[in-house]
This record gives sequence, structure tokens and C-alpha cells, in this order.
Amino acid sequence: MKLVNDAGELRKIARDLRVDILKMLAASGSGHTGGSLSAIDILTALYFGRMNHGPNIPKDADRDIFVLSKGHGAPALYAVLANCGYFDKSHLGTLRQLNSMLSGHPYSPSTPGVEVSTGSLGQGLSMANGIAMALRLDKRKGTVFCMMGDGETQEGQIWEAAMTASHQKLDNIVGILDNNGLQIDGWVRDVKGIEPIGDKWRAFGWDVIEIDGHDMPAILSGIDKAVAVKGKPCLIWAHTVKGKGVSFMENKASFHGLTPTQDELAKALVELSTT
Amino acid sequence: MQGVEKKSLRDTYGAILAEIGEKNPNVVVLDADLSSSTRTSIFASKFPDRFFNMGVAEQDMISTAAGLAAGGKIPFASTFAIFASGRAWEQVRQSVCLSNLNVKIAASHGGITVGEDGPSHQALEDIALMRVLPNMTVIVPCDANETAAATRKIASTYGPVYLRTSREKFPLIIGKDEEFHIGKGRILRHGSDVAIIACGIMTSKALDAAQKLEEEGISAGVVNMPTIKPLDKDLIIQMAATTGAIVTAEEHSITGGLGSAVAEVVCESEPVPVMRVGMKGKFGSSGKPDELMDYYGMSAASIVEAAHKAVALKNEPARNGRAR
Ligand SMILES: Cc1ncc(C[n+]2csc(CCOP(=O)(O)OP(=O)(O)O)c2C)c(N)n1
Ligand SMILES: [Mg+2]
Repeated sequence: MKLVNDAGELRKIARDLRVDILKMLAASGSGHTGGSLSAIDILTALYFGRMNHGPNIPKDADRDIFVLSKGHGAPALYAVLANCGYFDKSHLGTLRQLNSMLSGHPYSPSTPGVEVSTGSLGQGLSMANGIAMALRLDKRKGTVFCMMGDGETQEGQIWEAAMTASHQKLDNIVGILDNNGLQIDGWVRDVKGIEPIGDKWRAFGWDVIEIDGHDMPAILSGIDKAVAVKGKPCLIWAHTVKGKGVSFMENKASFHGLTPTQDELAKALVELSTT
Repeated sequence: MQGVEKKSLRDTYGAILAEIGEKNPNVVVLDADLSSSTRTSIFASKFPDRFFNMGVAEQDMISTAAGLAAGGKIPFASTFAIFASGRAWEQVRQSVCLSNLNVKIAASHGGITVGEDGPSHQALEDIALMRVLPNMTVIVPCDANETAAATRKIASTYGPVYLRTSREKFPLIIGKDEEFHIGKGRILRHGSDVAIIACGIMTSKALDAAQKLEEEGISAGVVNMPTIKPLDKDLIIQMAATTGAIVTAEEHSITGGLGSAVAEVVCESEPVPVMRVGMKGKFGSSGKPDELMDYYGMSAASIVEAAHKAVALKNEPARNGRAR
């Protein structure tokens, strides 16, 4: 893939991807809106701005790999993959339908570009570690990026995996925390707090880079710094807003698993067209 | 099986794993702080770069193995059967089977012959738990030679596998150089009155039982059924059709394991009585392996008793009446 380095251009791509996500979700009538919108700026920076990848690169080539551990953010991943040419964009309209290649959560056997199946929270970082270990054994160049939700880090397996990555000194893995502050039942801090986030990850042997997950230049430089870390894994701690980009969805726990009605879609598209 | 040489399944697994590692650089091994017990320690000392001790973290181990497989490796992940199948069940389902990744879960210490460690460590549900998973192959070898052949076979066959071995040494009943055929059972002894279908340690007990039954004038066949999934349906149907009475025997709960699997096939295709020998709705307890097998009804004598019941059921006039 030919990469884009200009933040303004990437912002435009992210806006168009938001449109794809909202249309896809409105058409399917079910799926996860808020967490797709909080993640999409980072996914845009990775797939269009930084990752060495592409639908025609052989699987065993030197390449970067992305694992969406918070698998319910699938609409964001699908929008990105379609626009990168992994499959035709027309499939986006079939999300979650019988015989669609786009399952409710990432399902590698059916979707080109999806590396491993996720959706059961807490397992992705372990799988990403495994991929990173395989790359290292084969002396292949490439970074494995793994995005987690903040609520997801309540899963014990995340911390098992965090220990594994630092014990194995995996510096070809970059964790990304989509810290939108919300999970299904409300604010993460009310459900079961995960603070102090930076100290926890550092205590588990990780470098931590804190960024605004919607500030494109900050995301790009965060990725660059994280990839450059040697001898240990690195976490990009991204402060994000759930539902980002659509005012009436922002910071609303209710939009975790709600999809826009036709009316809401129309309103959202108007908002996005003026940004 | 008096006078027959006994050999350790886990020792054999460890030795063969190291041998496979020599031949195939893509084989990697994971363990969860039990490498000295599961015998992956042999591989670990030979190939330290391809061995990953994941610590006491079975869930992480299974998902990491899935990642290694996604990256093109052939991971063998080992721990005790109870933790591999129980603690990490959802990781086996979601990380491994859902994507049909090439992960071999080689679990030692299956069944009640774990002995003194007691019920917390005795996996009597693992076959059931693994058997329900799409894409999964479930293998329970009956002795060390079969363990060796099965280990070699699964290393060169794509797809997720659950291979269950044991803490104890089992009598050797399979030839040393026999190839393992996934999904195939084998008749070890022919018989016309009843067929005993067994796996693991119960295969040798089934041979003992058949001997006793013969002395009573009952002709019992014995089938070794090391692959629980995919199951050798043709052979089961053939046994049901030729004998008219089936006994299953496993070191596992009679709910969900080999017995259930055989009964499913028999019910659907060749209905005849099926009596299941195994653990009957209980947890085990501490004790010596042989003692426990007798105490909980997983002995040759239990198989003989079950065979009597199966033959009696088959010959019941009422049953024959219904069948006609
Ligand atoms: C193991 C597991 N438990 C529960 C769920 C149901 N679930 C889906 S999303 C979610 C909340 C996740 O919150 P977070 O990780 O913060 O995601 P985000 O806010 O980015 O959407 C839950 C509990 C799941 N998918 N997997
Ligand atoms: Mg969240």
C-alpha cells in the first residue's frame, strides 16, 4: 500500500471511513457504533499512514500485522480493509447478514485481511504475542499492532499476556489502548476502575506512550515512537471519545451497541460533511 | 494385562516431540510451568529458542499458541488435561478452533489415574469438552507406542488436535512401528456376542475382560478407538450389526465422552443396547491409580458386568418383540 503521511489527508480519510461505518451499521441494524468511532482515527493512521501491508503482499512476507482484540469494533476494521482493497466495498452493506463475508466480529476464515478471529474479549493480546514470537523466530521484519478496549483490560488474560510480552522482550509488538472511558454498563471507573493505567502497564514491563487518540499528528508520532522502542513491548495509551465525530453519540454508553436509525444517520452525515 | 511390559505415555510424548523438533524447525512448544511433568522439558533443553514457558497461565498459553500458528508455526501446547481443557476451554474454542489454527494441545495427566493429587487434578470431563468443538480432533492413545505414532501423525497433519496422555504407565498392546490413522478404530479381538469399544487405559482392561468373558462362554470383540473425534462410525455400525450389543469403556465421565459418542452413532444408525463403563456422575478422590479404577467402576470386572447386561438386554424377549 502506498502510504499517506499528511495528517490533513488522513483526517479526510478517517472522516470518509466514519461515513462508511455509520452507513454499514444503519444498514445492518445491529453492531457496535461507539467503539468503532473511537478507534477509527488510530486505525486510519495505521492502515493508511504507517503499516507495511496490502492485499497482495504474501502472508509470510515482511509485513506489519494488526489484531483487533476488541473485536466488536469490527465495523471500523471492515471499513479500513475494504478501502485498502482487501475486498470490494459493496460487501460493507452485507454486514452481519447470513452468508456475508463480514461477521459480527472479526472472523479470519471468511474475511480477507482479518488475521485472527476475535470477539471474545481478552484473547487478542496473547494471539498478537504469538504472532510476534513467530515473526521473531523467522527473523521477519514487521510489527504486530494490537488494539484493546479499556473495559477489555479488566480481563485477567490481558495481564497474563502483558507479562508474556515483557518476559519475552517482544519489541515487535505494540499494544494500543482505546481508552474511551466507557464500557457497556457505563463508565469504566464506575464498573471496575482500571487506573492507574500507565503505572500498571509500566509495572508489567511495558513502555507507555500517552496520546490523544483523535489527534492525527500525535497518533502518527506515537506509532513511530512505539515501533522504535527496543528490548521491551510498548503500549500506546490513547485517550479517546466513544462515538467520536457524531455529537449525539459522543460519550454515550447507550451507543456502545446501538446502531443509528435512518434519521440519526442523516443527521450524522450532515455533521460529518461539515467537519 | 499381567506380565505385559508397561511404558509411560508422557515420557514417550516428550521423547517423540524432541525427535519431531529435530526434523521440523517449525515445531514450537509451550508449557505452563509443568514441563517436567508433561515431559516437554526434553524439547526445552534441546531447543531452548523454540520452547516457551508461559508460566501458570493456561489461557494465555493457548491463545499465544494460536498466534504462533497464525504466524506459520506448529505449536504443541502442554499442561495437565484438566487445565488445558477446563481453564482454557474458551481460548481453545475462540482462539484456536474458530479460526481452525494448527495448534496441538497435548495434555498429560488425563483421567483418574492421576491418583493421589485427587479430584481437582483428575480430568474426567476433558474428552466431552473437546469433542463438542468444531474443527477439533480428539485422540486418546491406549499405550506408549500409540502415543508415539499419534504424536508423529498430528505433527504432519493440519488442524487443531487434543491429544490426551496419562501420568501412569500403561501396558503395551500396540506394535512399535504401527502407523496411526486419525479417525480409525481397530479390532484387536474378534467376537460375536458383544463388542467392547474402548480408548486409553481401558483398552487393555477391555482385552482382559474379553478373556474372562470367553471363559464364561461369551464371545466378546474388542475395538481400540483412539480417535474420539472424528469417530470411526463405519466400524461402530459394523460392530453393532455383527454383535447386537455394545459396551464402551473409558477413563472419563460416561457423560459426553467415548460412550456418549458411540451411543449417538448406534442410536442413529444401528440401534442395539449400549452399556457405558466410566465415571458415573461423580468427582474422584485421592488414592492409588489402580485402587481408584476399581473403586469407581473402571476395571475389567466392570466391563464384564456391563457386557452381561448388554447381552441380556439384547436377548430380552420384550425387546425383540418391540424390534419386530
Ligand atoms: C469475554 C467477553 N465478555 C463479554 C463480552 C461482551 N462485551 C462486548 S463489548 C464489551 C465492553 C467492552 O468495553 P471496552 O473494552 O471498553 O470497548 P469499547 O469501549 O472500545 O467499545 C463487552 C462486555 C465479550 N465480547 N467478551
Ligand atoms: Mg471502552
